[in-house]
Amino acid sequence: MKNERYEMRFAGSGGQGVILASVILAEAAVIAGLRTVQSQAYGPEARGGVSKAETILSREEIWYSKVTRPDFLLALTQASLEAYTKTLAKGAVVMMDDSLDRPAGLDGTRVIAIPILHTAKEVVGKSFTANIVAVGAINAALGLFDDESLVEAVRRHIPAGTEEINRKALDAGAALISEEQAAAFAQKLG
Amino acid sequence: MSKTVLMQGNEAAVEGAIAAGMRFFAGYPITPSTEIAETCALRLPQEGGKFIQMEDEISSIAAVLGASAAGMKAMTATSGPGFSLMQENLGYGAMAEIPCVIVDVQRSGPSTGLPTSPSQGDYMQARWGTHGDHPVIALSPASVLETYTLMIRAFNLAEKYRTPVIFLMDEIVGHMREGVELPDPGKLIINQRKMSFHDGANKQCYFVPEGEYVPAMKPFGQGERYNITGLAHDESGFPVNSSEIAGRLVKRLLDKVEKNTDHICRVEEIEMDDAETAIVCFGGTTRAARDAVNAARAVGKKVGMFRPVTVWPFPEKQLRARLPQLKRILVVEHNHGQMLLEVQRCVGGALPVGFLGRIDGTVISPRDILARLGEMEGMHHAE
Repeated sequence: MKNERYEMRFAGSGGQGVILASVILAEAAVIAGLRTVQSQAYGPEARGGVSKAETILSREEIWYSKVTRPDFLLALTQASLEAYTKTLAKGAVVMMDDSLDRPAGLDGTRVIAIPILHTAKEVVGKSFTANIVAVGAINAALGLFDDESLVEAVRRHIPAGTEEINRKALDAGAALISEEQAAAFAQKLG
Repeated sequence: MSKTVLMQGNEAAVEGAIAAGMRFFAGYPITPSTEIAETCALRLPQEGGKFIQMEDEISSIAAVLGASAAGMKAMTATSGPGFSLMQENLGYGAMAEIPCVIVDVQRSGPSTGLPTSPSQGDYMQARWGTHGDHPVIALSPASVLETYTLMIRAFNLAEKYRTPVIFLMDEIVGHMREGVELPDPGKLIINQRKMSFHDGANKQCYFVPEGEYVPAMKPFGQGERYNITGLAHDESGFPVNSSEIAGRLVKRLLDKVEKNTDHICRVEEIEMDDAETAIVCFGGTTRAARDAVNAARAVGKKVGMFRPVTVWPFPEKQLRARLPQLKRILVVEHNHGQMLLEVQRCVGGALPVGFLGRIDGTVISPRDILARLGEMEGMHHAE
């Protein structure tokens, strides 16, 4: 990993499942033997409003549990994209849904704009799998965890009987990342 | 695969309680404590225990007191608004000497405030929320693993001293997930309350032997009738109006904690051996303080951290022992200055005591702490 702390932020609207995406990546980190702290911030609404989740990865003990300068940002809504691109770390990777407008001043070379929401709805067939599509795409782009760890992490957080559709969502997400992108954005964990 | 599991602070509170023998939970879900009720609803039936969702927080703590009087280890969990409602029965638990654990996962107040935002604004309420002079033990964890182990200690203290113990969490730790390796259950120390059964020798349910502070407990409803009341009572449990008996009773209740602070009070000290500056903090605020200490040490500043793990009674003996070596103290908490008052009382003007707090629901960062430390050092040099 390039830093002692690799800070990841996941942002969207309440109900899109960005917290679960963040939890699944933290779970994969535990399976992979890394230190991790996961947390979230959201409003009192069950649906709607801005929802933000954070996962910190490290080989060292992690104390401060909040992300201050994210190395990675996932944004699924325009509001969250605009709010959180202001505090990015140098060289941060931004993954955004391609239905969103790229904010002025955001360096295009570190942006991965892919059809996460569309893929969940049209390829996987269920809009609510967007977060798992995103998890598949994130791991394909950053190369954080091996496939087995990721699949096991997903399994621990989904209802029994939904393994197949979630596997499909993971694969559909991974397929959104080109080999060039995977090579460009890979994070070294070793 | 390692034995490490990803666990949330609120889940760890339940797992720790179950490991301590908690088999009865009554509560009314409230953010940010909801996962405690949710996890109890799932886990307690698996362990042969009972979960009940009550109509409100007043009845929740009442059910917990009843279950404990009948012999169960019992717990409830809430946040600020519910903690306010529980205060009357919390005092009842202290007066009737009914062990239990009350979890308060603090959120921003006052009133319903910011339900999903962190705060430590219930620190003084934990001490003085219920009326009258009463004993209080309150513990505050700073990590997911500590939430588990400290919860076991919370039950152990409740059982040993026959008094409600407040488990003062905050949103930071309650909603945080970390990888944890739980201790081997066989290696845990689990205390049980001292019991007494009707044997004809002593019918007094609140009989306390000479030189002791805690009466053995008769399980209520298991064959022997006796009286439990919040009124001042004698050893039979029945109300009295005697100032002598009432005074002796309340003194004994207070002494249970005051005479045992060496056992009850625990602190965590980080880099304190040669520290000239101490950051005093508790609960979730510790996370930022640890990074601030590391950053200060990295540039050669003699900064340490003093953290009450037992937040009530305040560990004044441990703090006073550090005063001769210190040049300044910075108290950091997510409120407007509550533990600050306890620190100032102990310091008594011997040192400058600075404060950093937040009351807007955002989290204090290591950088905020370092900036405040810099200000304090500047003031010191100017003097």
